[in-house]
Amino acid sequence: MPFLVLFLGMYLAPICVAVYKSLFVMHSQGLGLSGGPSTVFKPLANYTRALGDSAFIGAILRVLLFGVVQVPVMLGLATLFALVIDAVSARVRAAFRFAAFLPYVVPGVVAAMIWSLLYSPNPNASSPFFSNGLTLWSVANVVTWTWTGYNMLIIYSALTAIPSEIIEAARVDGASGWRIAWHVKLPMVRSSLILTTVFSIIGTAQLYNEPSILQAVSGGAISSTYTPVMAANNAIHVPDFQYAAALSVILALVVGALSLGFFKLVNRRGPAWG
Amino acid sequence: MGMSAIRSRPGSAGPKIRTGADPLSRAVRVRRLALAVILIGAALYFLAPLWWLFVAASRSLGNQSGTGWWFSGFHLFANLKALVDEQNGVFLHWVANSLLYSGVGAAGATLLSAMAGYALAKYRFRFREALFTAILAAVLVPKMLLATPLYLLFSAVHLTGNRLAFFLPSLVSPFGVYLCRIFAAGAVPDEIIEAARMDGAGELAIFFRIAVRMMTPALVTVFLFNVVDIWNNYLLPTLVLKDSQWPVTVGLGNWFSTKGAVELSNYVIIGAFASLIPLAAVFVFFQRYWRTDLTAGAVK
Repeated sequence: MPFLVLFLGMYLAPICVAVYKSLFVMHSQGLGLSGGPSTVFKPLANYTRALGDSAFIGAILRVLLFGVVQVPVMLGLATLFALVIDAVSARVRAAFRFAAFLPYVVPGVVAAMIWSLLYSPNPNASSPFFSNGLTLWSVANVVTWTWTGYNMLIIYSALTAIPSEIIEAARVDGASGWRIAWHVKLPMVRSSLILTTVFSIIGTAQLYNEPSILQAVSGGAISSTYTPVMAANNAIHVPDFQYAAALSVILALVVGALSLGFFKLVNRRGPAWG
Repeated sequence: MGMSAIRSRPGSAGPKIRTGADPLSRAVRVRRLALAVILIGAALYFLAPLWWLFVAASRSLGNQSGTGWWFSGFHLFANLKALVDEQNGVFLHWVANSLLYSGVGAAGATLLSAMAGYALAKYRFRFREALFTAILAAVLVPKMLLATPLYLLFSAVHLTGNRLAFFLPSLVSPFGVYLCRIFAAGAVPDEIIEAARMDGAGELAIFFRIAVRMMTPALVTVFLFNVVDIWNNYLLPTLVLKDSQWPVTVGLGNWFSTKGAVELSNYVIIGAFASLIPLAAVFVFFQRYWRTDLTAGAVK
């Protein structure tokens, strides 16, 4: 009997979590599709408007470009650093892990403030970091700074899990350190690379904190609809809740499609996932 | 016997032992130089902005936004005092809010994740797999995307301006449930649960006295993840909280975007520095328990 009681508790708690989550999605869909009590039922109006909203589409394309460049650069650096600290003494490794991890503890908002002051020390003069297509990469730099060390730690943990006999065997066969890193270690941490890639895609989709802080010093280079989440937030402040909800739904669908697409891609190349 | 299950987890292998010293050939020296250049360059990249912040926060009050990488006088403590006094101590109020949200929220999220993960790993019930799939799907939903729907939901039930509007979403951590399930499955042996049942222990007692203890490494990791997540959250509290309830991120963000207030921009820098201290302290304290390998092993 006590088992049954607890079982129900254990069973209910995660169900509540799941229902709790699902409510929000349903709610946003409900608002997006049917509108609030005082609005008219026009199921597609918000969606056709969103698809014709050049600012919103532009934001999505901008963030896609951001992801295509920033995620590989960041994870490439994280992997490189993970391989390097795998090859140095324990003391150097501990010191570097600490340094690389510190930015992760800095809130995105504060990181953006620090970098904004580095980018434009004089708030009255325009900064070269927010000119001519550099703006997006100035934002990307803040994100890279924050998350590289975190990803490095995840990849490094996977490296420590490689059985040392495998490395020794490769060494006995005469493989150099770089070759071992490339041909033995990298394939064996594939699953952690997949994980960090998926998390980075998700992180890119929700880009908000950094650009919204940098907006203040960007001299207009960062608009209030610079990223999709900023666009949705902007719609709340209009206020146009129904439209904001529709934007969120579209964004969720795009993210879902991208994540699924990525899983399909890595599954086709090999069996490591799952 | 239970411990061997933990040790044999692929993710928990100890640091590798380097055998033998390489002869200092030319190639080895080139390799060492390359590694040193990479490490030093990267460390500079990670640390320089924080160093700059430290220096800027230590300059005499009013000169924060100047450039420069070295001190001219050390006024950090006087600046911190001025920061605390600014606007009747509003900064400390924000920090207290952040501590409250992060501490209580992360503790609650960890407990819920532990219970849910343990139940998913150790009990059989209908829809268990469907539920787990739903939680996995929830891991892939960006939290920031939920902020807008959450705001709409809370304003519909008149919960905006209530601390619960930030607390409740913070308690739900699909990734925490996921990690806890994986860890509970590997680290809590069924035989021990069975033996405890034979001895007449209730299910709650088994969970709190036995399972929680065995899951501690995972729980600390989940706790820290949630502390950082909640502490760093910016959009949701901006939307659903009144200014007296703001966490420190929103408060500083507000100071930062209040343009024209030159005085404030100095306090933004001092405040940005001060706001890092609590989280850094938490991590220094917990660093040895922080297990990134759990995350790395999560996809296996």
